[in-house]
Amino acid sequence: MANKIKVEICLGTTCYVLGSFRLSALEEQLPPELKERVEVVGCACLDVCHDRNYGNAPFVRINEDRIVDNATIEKVIDILRDEYLSGGNE
Amino acid sequence: MNNAERTRRQLMIRFIQEFFSGDLGENIDRIPVEMRPRTEEPVRCCVYKDRAMLKYRLMALMGFGMEEETDESRRLSDYLADAKAGNNHTEPVLSVCSVGCHGCVDSHVQVSNSCVGCFARPCVGACPKQAISVVNQRSTIDRTKCINCGKCMAVCPYHAIIRNPLPCEDACPVGAIGKGEDGRVRIDFDRCIYCGKCFRSCPFSAIMERSQLAGILQAMVDGKEVIAMVAPSITDQFPGTIEQLFAALKLAGFSDIMEVALGAEMTTAHEAEEFFERMERGDILMTSSCCPAWVEAAKRHIPDIVRFVSSTPSPMAYAGQITAKAHPNAVKVFIGPCIAKRREAQADPNVDFVMTFEELGALLAAKEIDVISLEAPPLEHPAASYARNFAKSCGVSQAILQEIGEEKPDDTRPKIDEKFINGLDRKSVNLLKLYAKGKLPGNFVEVMACTGGCVGGPCSLAR
Repeated sequence: MANKIKVEICLGTTCYVLGSFRLSALEEQLPPELKERVEVVGCACLDVCHDRNYGNAPFVRINEDRIVDNATIEKVIDILRDEYLSGGNE
Repeated sequence: MNNAERTRRQLMIRFIQEFFSGDLGENIDRIPVEMRPRTEEPVRCCVYKDRAMLKYRLMALMGFGMEEETDESRRLSDYLADAKAGNNHTEPVLSVCSVGCHGCVDSHVQVSNSCVGCFARPCVGACPKQAISVVNQRSTIDRTKCINCGKCMAVCPYHAIIRNPLPCEDACPVGAIGKGEDGRVRIDFDRCIYCGKCFRSCPFSAIMERSQLAGILQAMVDGKEVIAMVAPSITDQFPGTIEQLFAALKLAGFSDIMEVALGAEMTTAHEAEEFFERMERGDILMTSSCCPAWVEAAKRHIPDIVRFVSSTPSPMAYAGQITAKAHPNAVKVFIGPCIAKRREAQADPNVDFVMTFEELGALLAAKEIDVISLEAPPLEHPAASYARNFAKSCGVSQAILQEIGEEKPDDTRPKIDEKFINGLDRKSVNLLKLYAKGKLPGNFVEVMACTGGCVGGPCSLAR
């Protein structure tokens, strides 16, 4: 079995204030096909908000490289399903 | 998180960042344009309206209501100069921005297109006022008879009868929302209890709270000693531990931090004592008094209950006394999720400003302080856990029960029979009127205006 897909939710203050506190429910809301494949963790500031780019917070990082801005639970699930589940991006 | 909350917080962060960088005076009039450039899709009818609302929101952040605007072309930088000098009134604490008010129609029950004109016609039978008849195979409500009770809605098998809401008025527990001749909402401040439910419910963000941020930030910029008095409901509002959060507050510009939960310990002890005194002298009832919106509601709407409201000072009042003694010259800032506390603080000489959790979140974000990465020493005087739970619904009663301790078999003290009002609405206000007349069981009533207690407050950060 391939390694789990790692999803890091930024709990840096800017992301938290602009909505990442709502993302903690992501794990529970994963659809069955993603449930076993995905690991959801909180993390310290990912450092993408600096360059005055905070307007796009909250940020989520997938597998250390893919940054999702304006993250919502639905958006993250769509990306996981489209880009990671088909096997193209692993 | 909805667009209104998001915009409000983004604006706060920007405001605070530029306040500290010293560029706000020069840039503040540009902020609405920069946040809503004409190349982007507007959210309201056009970008110009979006910008106008951002302008009024910035005025509210500086403590000014739209009602005070006598010269429409006055620049935000002029308001900022006034706010920095302390010439903003921030009173009354809520303001309706009538430019943004949608002028929603009054709340009413209506028949939608989904009505199929069925044979059973349960709506006709359910209506206590005979207001429904079927015309052209569709139920029709006679507005002159309808009392908006909603009984027809409940029985329609097609969910074809709906309530058209007036969100702010529906949310107001005390009927303080009315309309002016222009059809826009007005708050009747003789009735308002400052619970903030209207502010939270308006889908157009037209009800604003008048912030005291400018005064707090200016005190920090001036290098004054600024003490944070943090409400017990802070737990669960931020990521990280309470120690990390307090370390963050120090980095943000507060000289020292006082846990208001320590005040809650004193409130608990006094309130327990007061309860027994009152029961022994024959009172039928005592209610809690720590929720300022409840105290206002009692004064303005349930005069019969006022004599039963505990006279014990609130945790904020005790915390203010302690802080004033330890730091007589400091600027004292209460930080919590509550709008009504602003009103309580205005009458309390020991509290200079009130900051909301949302504003605190914006302050930490603006200063790029990452709470969960901080190393933090243990607190010198940590509050008891029951006191930290004070802000949850039933927390006051539980704290008092703990204070009283286990009842012993030979205990001659009167027994406490505690009841809870978990959130004020029209129904619970009526219940409280019955409590005042002694018509309901229970001798201690804990009242929280917000559902779930202060943790569900209108200006909490993470709800």
